Amino acid sequence: MSGPVQSVERAAAIVQLLASTEEPLGLAQIAAALSLAKTTAHGLLGTLCDVRFVEKDEDGCYRVGRDLLQIGSTRLDPNELRAHALNWTDALAARTGCAARVAMFREGAAIIAHHVFAIGSQEQTLEVGRRIPLHATALGKVLLAFDPGAARSVLSRPVQSFTYRTITERSALLRELADTRENGLAVAVGECEPEIAGIAAPVRDRGGYVVASVGITGSVDELCDARHRPRQTLEDEVLRVARAVSREFGHGRAA
Amino acid sequence: MSERYVAAIDQGTTSTRCLVFDRQGRLVALTQEQHSQHYPRPGWVEHDAAEIWRLVCRLLPEALRTAAIDPSEIVSLGLTNQRETVVVWDRLTGEPVTPAIVWQDTRTGPLLPAIAEELDATVIHARTGLPLATYFTGPKLRWILENDESLRERAETGELLFGTMDTWLLWNLTGGPRGGVHATDVSNASRTMLMDLRTLQWDDELLAVMRVPRRALPEIRPTMGAHGVTTAPVAGIPVGAVIGDQQASLFGQTAFESGEAKCTFGTGTFMLLNTGDQPVLSRHGLVTTVAHQMEGEPTVYALEGSVAVAGALVEWCRESLGLIRSPAEIETLAASVDDNGGCFVVPAFAGLYAPHWESRAQGIVAGLTAYITKGHIARAVLEAVALQTQEVLAAMNNDADLPLLSVAVDGGMTSNNLLMQTVADVLDVPVVRPMMAETVALGAAYAAGLAVGYWSDQQVLRRQWHRAAEWHPMIDPQRRAQMLQQWSRAIELSVAWGRPHPPV
Repeated sequence: MSGPVQSVERAAAIVQLLASTEEPLGLAQIAAALSLAKTTAHGLLGTLCDVRFVEKDEDGCYRVGRDLLQIGSTRLDPNELRAHALNWTDALAARTGCAARVAMFREGAAIIAHHVFAIGSQEQTLEVGRRIPLHATALGKVLLAFDPGAARSVLSRPVQSFTYRTITERSALLRELADTRENGLAVAVGECEPEIAGIAAPVRDRGGYVVASVGITGSVDELCDARHRPRQTLEDEVLRVARAVSREFGHGRAA
Repeated sequence: MSERYVAAIDQGTTSTRCLVFDRQGRLVALTQEQHSQHYPRPGWVEHDAAEIWRLVCRLLPEALRTAAIDPSEIVSLGLTNQRETVVVWDRLTGEPVTPAIVWQDTRTGPLLPAIAEELDATVIHARTGLPLATYFTGPKLRWILENDESLRERAETGELLFGTMDTWLLWNLTGGPRGGVHATDVSNASRTMLMDLRTLQWDDELLAVMRVPRRALPEIRPTMGAHGVTTAPVAGIPVGAVIGDQQASLFGQTAFESGEAKCTFGTGTFMLLNTGDQPVLSRHGLVTTVAHQMEGEPTVYALEGSVAVAGALVEWCRESLGLIRSPAEIETLAASVDDNGGCFVVPAFAGLYAPHWESRAQGIVAGLTAYITKGHIARAVLEAVALQTQEVLAAMNNDADLPLLSVAVDGGMTSNNLLMQTVADVLDVPVVRPMMAETVALGAAYAAGLAVGYWSDQQVLRRQWHRAAEWHPMIDPQRRAQMLQQWSRAIELSVAWGRPHPPV
């Protein structure tokens, strides 16, 4: 086993130092207090600011970031999520002709944070704010597969059956979620409503944490081939848009 | 055969974006970055044109890189821009000689009576379609030239070039000091207060009033045509269209026919109604403007209801008040309460534009009681955006033959569902968002693509318009009437507050 990672130790020391003082500290003070070279301290502070554990004020002094103070209680604002996803979900709906939706985990369910209509003149209503089941939709399965909190909330008790295709057996559901993690993509075919299918993929933040899911919904005929397998081109479109929205949150982007 | 794409540069008031679209008008790549806003004095707003050009130099190559597109695959580039903002630069060095004065800037307020002395405001309106207001370029140029004697001399000797943001970027894209194209298009030129709306030429009388030497001005060209080929930051891309941002979004919404309209929620709110090949002068405080022109075809005109402050108010809540951490949070905060609690915000930061044109009006918050929380303020902020839109819609319905039965919306703020519902409520018509909120860039790309035959005609583009979301009025009509009435009173207060103080 390797020893402690020096830069992590030093970063932790900086955060502890900033948390223990009432006034923001300047670079020189921080470097002196921890016996670090100024360039080293500057590099560490830069990264800590990037991940928002530390904030720099107008005078160039550093203090503990608001995000760190609220860690564990901060959740992504669905309105923020929609603003980031807007352009890419429009492109997804335009490319596939299907309704595009973005979901996030809230209080035991997936809630729709954004919805783009399917192409066509049929009557459609905005589903924003609607709760959909985690285990029977593609959007929900992505959240279950990647969000430990979501998984805990569902897997500890029996789940509801909506159609004869709903996966209700625990071991089958666990297998399905393992597949989702492996493929980076979830599919649901007639599991919530008969004849309705969905394909979804994870939206990740800068650190790789899954904050939401994005995907398309449509008839089984639109989304799947004759053997009820999702069409490859649609899967690719969903994956591509999931990556693009993740990039909006800083994922996979060079610092 | 390799793919072919069109690109658009959208140089907006707060940020610059570069977007790439495919043949179906679908977004392939998007890069964007904000630039600095400078507020050196109350009412002054400035940009650094050199900073904006540096952003373009980063964003265009980066957009191509993220989509793995070779510059040779871009068949045409559309340039769209914040309008009226004026840049003055040195022809030889290519450096701006003064900060760009932004459209929102109100420093020319005291100059307007002097201008009206020389040429009556009704004459200016008849010739340019524009009310005499701080908003437009001409007075800003006169201010620059009167404020710095040396600049006036250099302008007269031909050392300096003038332009709106489109002209500045086109000149730099096509070579800058080494042969850059010094031109603007009719849609941008129609915002300068220097162009005759019917002849589409610079007007000598207006040039004299604004003290502008003709030789410093760009050539006025059709919107769609050959505007040169880029030499930087990516060489070899033909510039097929130059178009003001609001006219671009009218185009992006495919509102090609007379009677079709759109409303964009950006820094400000801009509702435009296509009036076909005739300029219609408003009797209710709207601006008459050129919508676009294809080389060799008749000019298309529009009526415009311009509202200076919409997204800028949300940005103010974030930047200046610290009420929210990101613009999207305004919806979260506003949704934490059921109504405005009796509070109204009139964001007359740049005076009031359409339909009031009160350059001196100042912003107010009315109806404060101890009951009011930041949630109510956030609610009042969103309602202010909607209520200002209602005023321009009412003016438009008064000017036009037929009332609008629904409103096509676009812009970044359309991601705010509560705002869109509020807009539907106060406008009392359905609000429809197309499957591309970035219609400004899309319109520039459409215009650029049409110019080079990438798309055969406008009908092809119409078939690419799809509905992405729709909001219907849900408010109690009595509550709506009450809101409109309270809003009118708040507007009166804002105008009264801006009147000159009586001497003490």
